[in-house]
Amino acid sequence: MNNTISNQFALETRGVIKEYQAEAGTIFAVDDVSLTVAAGEFVALVGPSGSGKTTMLSMLAALLKPSSGQILLDGIDLAGMSDAERVKLRREKIGFTFQANNLVPYLSAVENVELMLHLNRRLDKTGRLRAKELLARLGLAERMNNLPGQLSGGQQQRVAIARALIHNPSLVLADEPTASLDTERAYQVVETFAGLIHEQKRAGIMVTHDLRMVQYVDRVLQMRDGKLVREYSSREEIMKLAGK
Amino acid sequence: MKQNLSIATYLGLKEIWRNRGRFLLVSLVIALITLLVLFIAALGEGLGNGNREYISKLNGELIVYQAKSDYLIQASRLETDKVKDIRAINGVADAGMIGTSNATVILNDSKQLKVALLGVEPGHVGEPQVVSGAQLSGLNANEAIIDRNTALRTKLGVGDSLTFRVTQGTQDTFFTLKIVGISSGQQFSLQPSIMVPFDTWNRVRPQSEAELKFSISTANIIAVKLADPALVESMKQSITDQVANVEVADKKQAIQALPGYSAQQSTLNTQGGFTLFIGILVIGGFFQIQLLQKVAQIGVLKAIGTSNSIVAAASVIQIMMTTLIGVAIGGLLTFLFSLTFPPTVPIVFNGTTSAIAVAALLLIGPLGGLVSINYAVRIEPLKALGLNS
Repeated sequence: MNNTISNQFALETRGVIKEYQAEAGTIFAVDDVSLTVAAGEFVALVGPSGSGKTTMLSMLAALLKPSSGQILLDGIDLAGMSDAERVKLRREKIGFTFQANNLVPYLSAVENVELMLHLNRRLDKTGRLRAKELLARLGLAERMNNLPGQLSGGQQQRVAIARALIHNPSLVLADEPTASLDTERAYQVVETFAGLIHEQKRAGIMVTHDLRMVQYVDRVLQMRDGKLVREYSSREEIMKLAGK
Repeated sequence: MKQNLSIATYLGLKEIWRNRGRFLLVSLVIALITLLVLFIAALGEGLGNGNREYISKLNGELIVYQAKSDYLIQASRLETDKVKDIRAINGVADAGMIGTSNATVILNDSKQLKVALLGVEPGHVGEPQVVSGAQLSGLNANEAIIDRNTALRTKLGVGDSLTFRVTQGTQDTFFTLKIVGISSGQQFSLQPSIMVPFDTWNRVRPQSEAELKFSISTANIIAVKLADPALVESMKQSITDQVANVEVADKKQAIQALPGYSAQQSTLNTQGGFTLFIGILVIGGFFQIQLLQKVAQIGVLKAIGTSNSIVAAASVIQIMMTTLIGVAIGGLLTFLFSLTFPPTVPIVFNGTTSAIAVAALLLIGPLGGLVSINYAVRIEPLKALGLNS
């Protein structure tokens, strides 16, 4: 990874394009998207189905290579990385939560959180203690040794949040984290997530179709047809978008 | 590398432990396959051993047959003076006539036991070493050495009298000999055996009316001990050249020529091979189905930065562990079952054969799991997590 560029943002994309060849011609799933997210900033990526937000998230997560453009995480360009370097980057610098099937089913809640430290070769006594403290903060002190199958959807999402944060990543990504939750649980999860991102100074991006959830973010980026079409940055605009 | 192996072991073993019921079931299937394979191997060894034991334990290197007998012991008839010609050949350390026939031992409780009645020359090749008692004393002595199998089945020992029945002419004739020694197992044609002095054998063996009338004395084969066991091929030629109307085989050829031996062994080997093949399919099928059920889970692992080598190693460790436990249980079951078998069942657990079978069984797990391991490595986290829409 010798492609470091000096950068003040935790995450920056420059003219990112993802195109696919189809019978009808070239399809631009993501079309010239440039954005920045600072450390300690929580951003929501919203838009209708097919707007390109999931493709954008996949590229930010180093799971998909852009056709062109730059994605800089801590100043390092993801585009030129080998597959092995991308695996390492995901392990060290990115935290994830997904819609569902988030957790490894045969590991207990605390083991799922510790897994990130294990993968990063940082599982020691302090790490184990931190994993337990984080779960306790997320209201799971009594559920640490439960397997995912013994936890509710909301509890599983909170374990996933703990796993996404335990290894101090630069970027935390959440793909529709409230999709399988009832309204009350959804608010709780996103509020907790936002609080931890702010407190731990991580750059956070949440993809969501549920506009009610954007009340907890600092900025909202709206996508349509692969393009970034609008940005909501004032509190008033965001709360209005959230229906408050 | 070491760290990757440590994480793979952690993940692999955790999954086994948390799903121990499911993995134990697969191990039990492997245990049953192990039981079957080990028993087939032991049966093959037992049957083969029963067929070849006397020949394979002969204290000589070559066996001389009548010419054109196709190395069939029962089809070979050699005049008794041929043994002198063979002993006179340079490079032959010793030679001994061997006659083969059958008899029925009459036991005290009026039960009967069919045995091989072998005529051997005392002090020459063909007379087995006794493990208790004494060797045969003379060519015409009314003595017998019984092998361990005969001793076990008849409960007779050194010093006891042995009565057996043969048919001579058209009459059932009974003979009684004194047991002077017991040898190790010397089964011949899957029968326990009795070794008697050659002239005694000629007197007590089953004979047709013509043989009784003309008192023809013939041996079936002559076993030859060489001065230099390394010169097997040249001595075979030498004996064939110097003794008229004979053909010579080494012990391996002689064993392969035993009636039914090759067919029996190849049948059992094919059965064993097919059982292993079925094992590969069963294990491969299980791990493939299991993998299909956890595509999303592997996708999550890869998405959070688990390398392919860890995913593959975890799968290999699971397969190895499941197979190892299955083979261990199967081995234990086989051992316990083997204790319940009477000595009449021709099952022999030979160390080498069992070790080959166990090695083959340990290989069927990874072989069966190859497809699923390859599949696991190829899982795309994007697709597995439904992020490629």
